[in-house]
Amino acid sequence: MKSRGYFRKMLVIMNKELTVYFTTPIAYIVFAAFLLTTGFYFFVLSPFFFFGQAELREFFDALPVIFSITVPAVTMRLISEERHTGSLEILMTLPVTSLDVAMGKFLAATVFVSLMLVPTLMYVVTVSIVGSLDPGPVAGGYIGAVLLGATFSSIGVFASSISKNQIIAFMIGVGICITLTMIDYFLFFLPAGIVKAFQYFGLGYHFKNISKGIIDTRDIIYFLSIIAVAVLGTVKIIEERR
Amino acid sequence: MISVRELTRHYGDLVAVNNLTFTIRKGEITGLLGPNGAGKTTTLRMLTCYLTPTSGVVSIGDFRVDEDPIAVREIIGYLPESVPIYGDMVVYDYLKYVADIRGVTDPGRIREIAELCGISEIMHKNVEELSKGYRQRVGLAHAMIHDPEILILDEPTSGLDPNQIVEIRNLIREIGKTKTIILSTHILSEVEATCDRVIIINEGRIVKDSTVDAITSSHGSEIVIHATIGGADFPSIEAAIRKLDGVAHVSQTGGEGDLVTVEVQTNAASDLRPMIFHTAAENGWVLYEMARDAMTLERIFRDLTIGGGA
Repeated sequence: MKSRGYFRKMLVIMNKELTVYFTTPIAYIVFAAFLLTTGFYFFVLSPFFFFGQAELREFFDALPVIFSITVPAVTMRLISEERHTGSLEILMTLPVTSLDVAMGKFLAATVFVSLMLVPTLMYVVTVSIVGSLDPGPVAGGYIGAVLLGATFSSIGVFASSISKNQIIAFMIGVGICITLTMIDYFLFFLPAGIVKAFQYFGLGYHFKNISKGIIDTRDIIYFLSIIAVAVLGTVKIIEERR
Repeated sequence: MISVRELTRHYGDLVAVNNLTFTIRKGEITGLLGPNGAGKTTTLRMLTCYLTPTSGVVSIGDFRVDEDPIAVREIIGYLPESVPIYGDMVVYDYLKYVADIRGVTDPGRIREIAELCGISEIMHKNVEELSKGYRQRVGLAHAMIHDPEILILDEPTSGLDPNQIVEIRNLIREIGKTKTIILSTHILSEVEATCDRVIIINEGRIVKDSTVDAITSSHGSEIVIHATIGGADFPSIEAAIRKLDGVAHVSQTGGEGDLVTVEVQTNAASDLRPMIFHTAAENGWVLYEMARDAMTLERIFRDLTIGGGA
């Protein structure tokens, strides 16, 4: 009974945040920007129209960078606005724990980011009409995309808990996400011995594995552990910055 | 119901709340009174588990703030000072959200509380469109939605117009018949109008803790007379009035042109106004105005907080 009550509060917070997303313009702006960018990658840069290759690789390859910018834009207001307006005082004097707040906001962002992916299923439909699409990488790609969205959401919520200023929260979020994404590209400068270790920290490596259609527990654990660290970090900051 | 022992809170080097100890019984309306920056909000924030005390113990009901903050928050309803409720929500949705978090399942409860707080007509409006008065009422509804035993209100009438202040005070009085209420304010008449008991704090310390009646009656024997006199200067007026029996202190509080306004503090059992009138007549002064006041909380407060009356 106690544990049901526990999840209830978390879900109430999630629901409230989702409602606010869809009743304010910011969600729609981010949604539109995301679809425009991914559409550009899909229709303009992808080999699909030039070579008639039936695959979505370009889209999935671009996703970590696109998400690095759009997800922090989705999450930036979640806690920093509460701090700015003072409503955090009301929230934290209701019978909820800091974990309820951090998880509720993280889940709301994850659901929202996952919903952003839904319209991109149009690309899948388009490609599969024209050519024969290999379902493995597509399914893997979407599972990876949701995990990636969740991971960036947790980072974004963490960034949002740091500052009262949404713009600063956004920049910190983008900074962390981009760094994790870019580690892959810098491996090249490192001595061969430590490349493997650094590669493991890079987000692109794990995302690529999954989007090839190979679901490995090591990759899943990578994403889940970043989420855990970010959520616990958020809890810690909410507790200390009062 | 509420017991606070040696409560202290530091902000860096600043001691915002210094060693407060008090208890509040069930069913009392207590006013926490003090000038701005006295530590009222900090104290209330510690009672509601928003701030962690640097040291000291707070028990609310059967729970301690440091041991079971969630249980404490469950039995408290709290209205923070600036009423920072979400602006981008409709009033009904907002109250529904708070009810859901608090686990209030009775579907009629929101309507009931809306009626009690007089916000039934604005339930479909956005919070940010509301006037300050309505916002305050929504804040009260938010604090009372779960029918808490204890209500903590930080400056519940600040920023309201006089009519709204009277309405909110009546509402607090009404609710206070069945609940324990703590409210903070820097307005003395508010304490006189709504509270049973007053705790006066200044610079983080308690300077007075007593019932409102006891304070006003213990200082009530001191009568103050205000008089506006023309035709003489202050020193000669002071000299003449001082000679009267029962005059404790004469001071000038104003004056305009030839007129001098004096305040006469008395400790006489009899009314000194006739004597002052005769004195004026004998000296050929013109008496423009004269009024008599009991020693107000305002003065007591000033004496306690500035005069070092602690």
